Amino acid sequence: MTQEGTQDGTRAVSGELGDFAVATHGLTKRFHQQVAVNAVDLRVPRGAVYGFLGPNGSGKTTTIRMLLGLIRPTAGHHSLLRKAMPEHAGEVLPLVGSLVEGPAFHPYLSARANLVRLDSVDRHADPRTTRVRVDGALDRVGLLAAAGKKYRAYSLGMRQRLAIAGALLEPRELLVLDEPTNGLDPQGTREVRHLIGSLADDGATVLVSSHLLSEVEQVCTHIGVMHVGRLLTQGPIAQVRAVSEPRARVVTDRPQDAARVLRGVGLTDVTVESGSAMGTLGTLAAEEVVVALVRDGVPVTGFAVERPSLEDLFVSLTGEGFNVSG
Amino acid sequence: MSAAELNTGLGSRQSSGPPPTLTAVRPLRHVSTRFLRSELGLIFGRRRNQAGMGILAVVPIMIAITVKVSKPGAGGGPDFFASITSNGLFVALAALSIELGLFLPLAVAAISGDSVAGEANIGTLRYLLTVPVHRCRLLAVKFGAITIFSLVATIWVSLVGAVAGLALFGGGEMTMLSGTQIGMGSAVLRVTMATLYLGLCFASLGAIGLFISTLTEQPVGATIAVVVINVMSFILDSIPQLSWLHEWLPTHWWMSFGDFLRDPIAWGDVTRGLLTAAGYMVVFWLAAWARFSDKDVTG
Repeated sequence: MTQEGTQDGTRAVSGELGDFAVATHGLTKRFHQQVAVNAVDLRVPRGAVYGFLGPNGSGKTTTIRMLLGLIRPTAGHHSLLRKAMPEHAGEVLPLVGSLVEGPAFHPYLSARANLVRLDSVDRHADPRTTRVRVDGALDRVGLLAAAGKKYRAYSLGMRQRLAIAGALLEPRELLVLDEPTNGLDPQGTREVRHLIGSLADDGATVLVSSHLLSEVEQVCTHIGVMHVGRLLTQGPIAQVRAVSEPRARVVTDRPQDAARVLRGVGLTDVTVESGSAMGTLGTLAAEEVVVALVRDGVPVTGFAVERPSLEDLFVSLTGEGFNVSG
Repeated sequence: MSAAELNTGLGSRQSSGPPPTLTAVRPLRHVSTRFLRSELGLIFGRRRNQAGMGILAVVPIMIAITVKVSKPGAGGGPDFFASITSNGLFVALAALSIELGLFLPLAVAAISGDSVAGEANIGTLRYLLTVPVHRCRLLAVKFGAITIFSLVATIWVSLVGAVAGLALFGGGEMTMLSGTQIGMGSAVLRVTMATLYLGLCFASLGAIGLFISTLTEQPVGATIAVVVINVMSFILDSIPQLSWLHEWLPTHWWMSFGDFLRDPIAWGDVTRGLLTAAGYMVVFWLAAWARFSDKDVTG
């Protein structure tokens, strides 16, 4: 999908109500001269697990801060759970659990006391169930055994888990998780992925941001890709990936001959590496390519149709790698 | 892509049924003191503040012991000191008059400077706001906690002074600054009124602190600024050429707390003092609100 395609697409849905848990319209934030977020039209369908991707500094956190009403957009407007923000923050935010720019707690309080503190400022929370809900949330992130420890003594990974527990103190319709896997070891990352899946199974919509494509790829139903303040593309993950065309890879000890055959049957962008040749399939059926190779006597030791990874897709969208934007 | 297409991409999770409907928001608890109690728990549970309260208590104890061991009737000090040997309650008043110069305002500056800037500094402010806590409610509760702290700290100094004084010098009839004598019960009432008056005066300094606390993410910076304002006010108050300004200074009426020890109570100055305190509270709370209501919380 090209950038133009995205804009056409978002124009098509803007104006329609749609059942979006998050919808932004031309959301823009300018800090002095720098445009941090530039006319972003997010559409997160209800029930989706939406991977909000982009390198560090691409505007994800600023967008999330605007979504939650922490900072005021320079232009544009948005709604959460179909209610305009920030006007209806009092009604909407109790249904939204959030993790914004890393964990933040009182260092000299225990993990449990910190969650009780958060619960006690919530006018919708029932104080009679505080203990049960706090321990339930701690249990869900695997911190129950360390609940009495001072926050100061927590490792980065434990802090991250505690912040997620804070978002789960009440049943939520929408979870906004900004980089939830930051500082977690591979096991912790897997657990968070699993947690996101189970939250979605409970019916919650999850907006999860990450600068690590591979971490969220597996759990998301939708993705949106940010780059220097702009939303480059968004949609169901299959649809976004479908834009990138499958390529056929031939493993052979005569790659030059294989490349000639691939070009001959109509593959484009044919490239040759040592021991293999690749080309974009287009509308061609893979089996026809194999037949052609065999007919021309190219010794095929392996054949595969590959879809580019999200990372490759990002490179093709931006013309650059998944690095920090300036 | 269209909205319909977006919705079709939800996968197996959604195909089994209609999208979940908006859960009714849990009932709102209209009157709840939980937030305020939580604030007080943070303030009085913090080791640093407990140590501060300990230091505040040292002054009255020191006064009581010093006067006890020194020769009686030495004189020369503030009015209250001369009277201590006649009634232990004067230790409370002497301690208040000593501590209102620096210790008590410093304590209030530390708490009020920390109120918003401290939460912004460690990042908990953004989590309070997304709970959500309305920004107006946040400032109201923070100021409520500052006011309660001011009163508690002042009462604490007064109470420690009264206990130490009564233990070392005993109670009984109290000779007023105007010369007449009142009974012990009335004396306790007068000292209590003077203490509460000063507590409210310090709370007005706390309102200034709350406002400064919304300007920065550095709680220590906010505290220092409040102390500087307090000291500046004392300095300006001591420059005769600025006498037109004196009655508007936040600290000008503080020493009037002695008027509760006159018979009858001289209400003129303490009324002005209370009005000035109330004025500072209203103006600086509103300034804090103006500053904080649409501030970008990026910390």
